[in-house]
Amino acid sequence: MFYREAGQFKTNYRADQAIFPILQDRIGLGLILVVAFVVIPLVGGDFFIKSMMIPFLILSLAAIGLNILTGYCGQLSLGTGAFMGVGAYSCYKLFTFFPEVNIIIHILLSGFFAAGVGIIFGLPSLRIKGLYLAITTLAAQFFLEWAFIRIPWLYNYNDSGAIDATSPTLFGYPIDPASGNPIHIYLIVLSIVVVLTWVASNVIRGRIGRSWMMIRDMDIAAELMGIKPLNAKLSAFAMSSYYCGVSGAMMVFLWLGSAEVESFNINISFQVLFMIIIGGMGSLIGCFMGAAFIFILPILIRAFPVAMGIDIGASTVEHFTQLIIGTLIIVFLIMEPHGLARLWQIGKEKLRNWPFPYG
Amino acid sequence: MKLKSILLGVAASAVLAAGTIPAALADGHEGELYIPSLSYRTGPFAGGGIPFANGFADYLNMLNERDGGIGGIKIKVEECETGYNAQKGVECYEATKGNGALVYNPLSTGITLQLIPKAPVDKIPVLSMGYGLSAAGIGEKFPYTFTYPTGYWSQMSSILKYIDANGGLKGKKIGFIYLDAGYGREPIPLLEQLGPKLGFEWVGFPVAGKDMQNQGSQWLNVRKERPDWMIMWGWGAMNATAVKEAKKIRFPLDKFIGNWWSGAHADLDPVGADGKGYLAANFSGIGTDYPALQDVIKHVVDKGNSKSDKDKVGDVLYNRGLFNAVIVAEAIAAAQKATGKKAITGEDMRLGLEKFDLSNARLKELGLEGFTGAVKGDCADHEGGGSVFIQQWDGNDWKRTTDLIEPMNDVVRPLLEDAAAKYVSDKPDWKGQTCG
Repeated sequence: MFYREAGQFKTNYRADQAIFPILQDRIGLGLILVVAFVVIPLVGGDFFIKSMMIPFLILSLAAIGLNILTGYCGQLSLGTGAFMGVGAYSCYKLFTFFPEVNIIIHILLSGFFAAGVGIIFGLPSLRIKGLYLAITTLAAQFFLEWAFIRIPWLYNYNDSGAIDATSPTLFGYPIDPASGNPIHIYLIVLSIVVVLTWVASNVIRGRIGRSWMMIRDMDIAAELMGIKPLNAKLSAFAMSSYYCGVSGAMMVFLWLGSAEVESFNINISFQVLFMIIIGGMGSLIGCFMGAAFIFILPILIRAFPVAMGIDIGASTVEHFTQLIIGTLIIVFLIMEPHGLARLWQIGKEKLRNWPFPYG
Repeated sequence: MKLKSILLGVAASAVLAAGTIPAALADGHEGELYIPSLSYRTGPFAGGGIPFANGFADYLNMLNERDGGIGGIKIKVEECETGYNAQKGVECYEATKGNGALVYNPLSTGITLQLIPKAPVDKIPVLSMGYGLSAAGIGEKFPYTFTYPTGYWSQMSSILKYIDANGGLKGKKIGFIYLDAGYGREPIPLLEQLGPKLGFEWVGFPVAGKDMQNQGSQWLNVRKERPDWMIMWGWGAMNATAVKEAKKIRFPLDKFIGNWWSGAHADLDPVGADGKGYLAANFSGIGTDYPALQDVIKHVVDKGNSKSDKDKVGDVLYNRGLFNAVIVAEAIAAAQKATGKKAITGEDMRLGLEKFDLSNARLKELGLEGFTGAVKGDCADHEGGGSVFIQQWDGNDWKRTTDLIEPMNDVVRPLLEDAAAKYVSDKPDWKGQTCG
């Protein structure tokens, strides 16, 4: 009933090819954007915005990056954390060289460094596939982590070896995570994520995205049909790493405030990989759902006993959180191997027929 | 299909719950002294985090039981689990700071580094007891950060003094094995500066975080380099492994000194008799032969209100956590005295920490005579000038072997000032304070 598109006639190709051809989707998206841009800044508390929404959006962007590579182009990667690190460290270097330039420009530029590194580490994908490729991207992870420790130039010869967001400002407002207004930071992060998601959705629908999906589905057939694997795979690596790099730069400059190399270790690569597996490979909305599942759900579970006034130890809560999340991951993957995005699709189909059992 | 609809229901209710819970988080704790404890009872470093968190909570709970809190106001200790993970630590900070937190004890160099810029903004001091950024002991540059009783650089200078007193330092080769993270790299600038000054040579042996239990290649290099002394900045599983490896290459263990995070019962218990002779620096007394610890046992542990086993009370890290709580409690008392208020704020707490004075007489009053050296801070000195002693593992337990060794303040202080100036140099809006 809710998703009936009866009566919505397309009279030209333009309307037929719109990102959201169904009116209900457009309304839904509009509502989500209104909530994200207006309602959350108005009613969200400090903790909600700073420790839940900002990290959630940043990790979603990283998940989109990995999903482009793994979900759309079929190239398994375990180097997400390292590519985020490249973005973060290059943003830090850019900011020390040109402190007067707008920080958002730095963040967006630092993605290109990550993209360059991504292309280099994507070269083996032309020869090897699947798990073997995962191992070579793992090499990227370890090599880059090593580089972040061993090349002191990258962190300006700091004693601590950490990089920190040195009070960036935007239009005169401080926007570093320590002294900035969380709402300003949130709106910046949100805008970047929304714009980049929109770009990604269009690239994926276009010629490049289609070539990725052809490579993913059957690379020999794709090659016979005139898709160059070199271009397709490397462009996927470049775009994927660009997104991860931007996400890493935002992580340091708009969320954590300072970061050591541990922030970009293999754990975050796995975390992002779980996000796209849980959320749904080859789905943009799945990236957001997966990030919410992996990042926000544990916070809610941890907060639950406090909110209910139950007095149990912090470590017990942590153990329970890990148990619950682990069980949920198994349950979700058995019930719906295609992730939360597929569940959402099923939900939409149900809403289409509701309250009747058959359409 | 039915299961899928259950799943859909679960997902939908999770989305709804997401809206309500954060609002419930921000409840105040008025009329209480609220101390968040960023602990780690899970994760790879839990072996060190558990006794520390127990000692910290038990002492403050003992004050509640015995004295009815501090100045008549109860203390509320709330633990937040960080798992030694900097991101979770910051999440804990954001979740608890609104409850009227008086002071943060981040218990991790990584978390400390992230909280340092936040502290002056939120006006809640950070007490990184013997860890974190060494330069944070400079009060003019870091008004909200304290490293009582002493910092890594001072400790390193005390260890060098010990080496000097036991066979001289000049012309010697010092091996430095360290965890390759912010924490382990922290004393390197000091070694670089002091080496030529005091006439010793040093070689570093970094151990990556994921290779903590696999140090074969580092110790092969140690054998090649033949240092006269070894110093270790390790944590967690790295310590026991290093002592075992040192034993394997027959390095004399009584020339192998760990820092105060490399000399706990948890580190040497797995090594046992093989670790006999290994030395470590420490600043908090060992065992329970102190009236204050007896009070903790009487009022908290015996009543079953502690998370610690009774035989773990008095362990090195338990006592270290307890000492951290002593500093917090004394600073609260100082803040109450200075402001005349009973319920204090984070800003008052900062004042209390600056007026912190733990003299030997006061230690005796607290029932901690000989537990540690005197610590006194002021506006400029946020480090406190505390001393360390050296303890030795006898195969079964730690035994204190030296008197307190004061740091080389005359050498370390100028270096700390330089480092502090360097830290703030690229931060145009950084707010320091002027003293005196």
